[in-house]
Amino acid sequence: MSGGVDSSTAAAILARSGETVVGLTLQLWDQTRLAGKHGIPDAPKAGRCCSLDDVYDARRVAEHLGIPYYVVNQEERFERDVVRPFVDEYLAGRTPIPCSLCNNHLKFDQLLKTARSIGAGRIATGHYAVNEYDKARGRWILKRPADLAKDQTYFLFGLTQEQLAHTLFPLGRMTKPEVRAAARRHGLKLADKPDSQEICFIPGGDYKRFLTAYLEEQGEPMPETAGELVAAAGEVLGRHEGIFNFTVGQRKGLSAAERPLGPAPLYVLKIDPVTHRVTVGADAALGTHALRARGVNWISIPELRGPMRVRVKIRHRHEPAWATLEPASPGEAVAAFDQPQRAVTPGQAAVFYDGDEVVGGGWIV
Amino acid sequence: MRRVYCDANATTPLLPEVLEAMHPYWMERFGNASSIHTPGQQARTAVDQARESVARFLNCHDAEVAFNSGGTEGANTAIFGMLRAGDHLITTSIEHSAVLRAAERAAERGASVTFVGPQPDGLIDPETIRAALRPQTRLISVMLANNETGVVQPVEEIGKIAAAADAFFYIDAVQGAGKLPLDVRRLRCHVLTISAHKMHGPKGVGAMYVRRGTPLDALLVGGSHERRLRAGTQNVPAIVGLGKAVELAMESLEDGTMERVAQLRDRLEAGILEIAGTSVNGAGAPRVANTANIRFEQVEGEALVIALDLKGVAVSGGSACHSGSTEPSHVLLAMGLDKNAARASLRFSLLKTATWEDVDQVLRVVPEAVEHLRALAPV
Repeated sequence: MSGGVDSSTAAAILARSGETVVGLTLQLWDQTRLAGKHGIPDAPKAGRCCSLDDVYDARRVAEHLGIPYYVVNQEERFERDVVRPFVDEYLAGRTPIPCSLCNNHLKFDQLLKTARSIGAGRIATGHYAVNEYDKARGRWILKRPADLAKDQTYFLFGLTQEQLAHTLFPLGRMTKPEVRAAARRHGLKLADKPDSQEICFIPGGDYKRFLTAYLEEQGEPMPETAGELVAAAGEVLGRHEGIFNFTVGQRKGLSAAERPLGPAPLYVLKIDPVTHRVTVGADAALGTHALRARGVNWISIPELRGPMRVRVKIRHRHEPAWATLEPASPGEAVAAFDQPQRAVTPGQAAVFYDGDEVVGGGWIV
Repeated sequence: MRRVYCDANATTPLLPEVLEAMHPYWMERFGNASSIHTPGQQARTAVDQARESVARFLNCHDAEVAFNSGGTEGANTAIFGMLRAGDHLITTSIEHSAVLRAAERAAERGASVTFVGPQPDGLIDPETIRAALRPQTRLISVMLANNETGVVQPVEEIGKIAAAADAFFYIDAVQGAGKLPLDVRRLRCHVLTISAHKMHGPKGVGAMYVRRGTPLDALLVGGSHERRLRAGTQNVPAIVGLGKAVELAMESLEDGTMERVAQLRDRLEAGILEIAGTSVNGAGAPRVANTANIRFEQVEGEALVIALDLKGVAVSGGSACHSGSTEPSHVLLAMGLDKNAARASLRFSLLKTATWEDVDQVLRVVPEAVEHLRALAPV
């Protein structure tokens, strides 16, 4: 229970349906830890997991429902499995998605362990997704939810069969307005609480400030990753102050002196973690015909044996695009798009869909 | 489900006699103890009687007892009321956070602080206090009994060291009071603080012994209550409850109750130690009668606390952090346990009203829960 509407309503629905429910909040990050450093906002308020206000809200919901409620400290594991990889990915010139790491390592893996250790058979979360067992295939299937605007399957591609078998998504067949109505019906005061948008451990959303403050706290120097800014043809346009400042597809503001290519806007095409060279070019040059994904987890199929037609989602707000998926080296797959896709970004997830079903997904190389 | 409460070091329920003693002071005798009229005098009489009880409990003069809101206020008053910029404080790394945070803040305000660590058995070696002395040492602050391990500190020895060094001596006796006989003269302390709710009194009230002539500044200023040591209208019903609680505590210290609690604790400890991979933190050191801090190897203590609670056994592990989850105990870490070992440790602290049936019930629940957890998470 994060203290938000979704997990609160999920708890309310189950508790009111007569299930024996225990409320758990994962304490993942101390929001006061880097507050005030390098311009990170001082007093994180609601809308961010682990802020005191949100833990309070979660507890009030549990009290209202009359269910036992506990806060479980997973700060060390979160730092090791989510925050540290997040920092390292940026420093390596990639664009990480911490929410997927958190789902893989904390929200499902660890939460399920905690649930079992306290005698619970299953976990329930407020994610918008549907899971069901398909007898014919003998597999647990993850499907897109009723409310496609709230679809969170993109962040859940790492779920194992074991995790899917022991997870309930009570909101999967509801729309967000229906969830808010249910929250109201169950007497939850936070029915109208705004959705959280940001990465939970980065109040204010400025990841560069976070990187600076975190590395300073760890006593590590910010790695020297300054380098050349080059045009697609190789022409050097100027210098930049570090590759972690860039994301593929990001529009790059350039000074007049750096603009021999004319006034057309320039976008980051490529970040080279070895030479620290950042390549920029026209929007049209951002298109990519194929991607390779590593660390692939398969859900609707046991493994990929041959070419498969799928739609591929390459970032949270991306409309899945048709592609042909082919097996590559172990744990990897290659997707060839029918139409080039803009800004395929290393570090983000590529999630493969067959209709509403999640076939699987992996990390874009 | 039969519930057994094994977290007496967190708080205790009122004894019926305490509730009964408090009862008239909510409505009938509601007066302000500072008022001149009869209702005020009734309240004042009750407060003074409670003061007399506390004075007997501590072996001091009535005038040396000031009531306050409890242990945290007592510790804060002792530290902030005594230290100025430039002064040196010696305390220990196993104190309650009310002392630790106050000491840190005193340091921010220009005092210097030495935190002395314990031996592996949780005991503070008085010689380490002596070794930390400086000419500027104004205050030595050591707890009587540790809240997490129950280890009783050699405060009498430390009192002698303080006296020889001409330093003031403060004892946080919140966990020791009611479990050990207290005699402030023998302990040679200048300030000693207790809290009612740790010994079957109400929450939100405590008392401090301040030896006559001790230059202690009040934390709260305003009216001239409590000999100007603590401004604010006295919480009369709570003070009456504290008075009754210490009277009952004095009885329990004499009538064999504590010996019985020690037997129950020893039975509980022996029963739990039959589980493989368990050990007692602070074993070997003198401990208060009711506390057993036990390490369960290869068990996540936080999960065990929850699992036991869902089976009706209330215990605690670690210290509550800002969100209400737990962090590894700073006390166990200071004793040299690593984070995993500290996290695998739980505190069982028995009420003085505990029964053999309670202990048997705990021993029915704990081994099974530990086994279940270990089976799930083979390390």
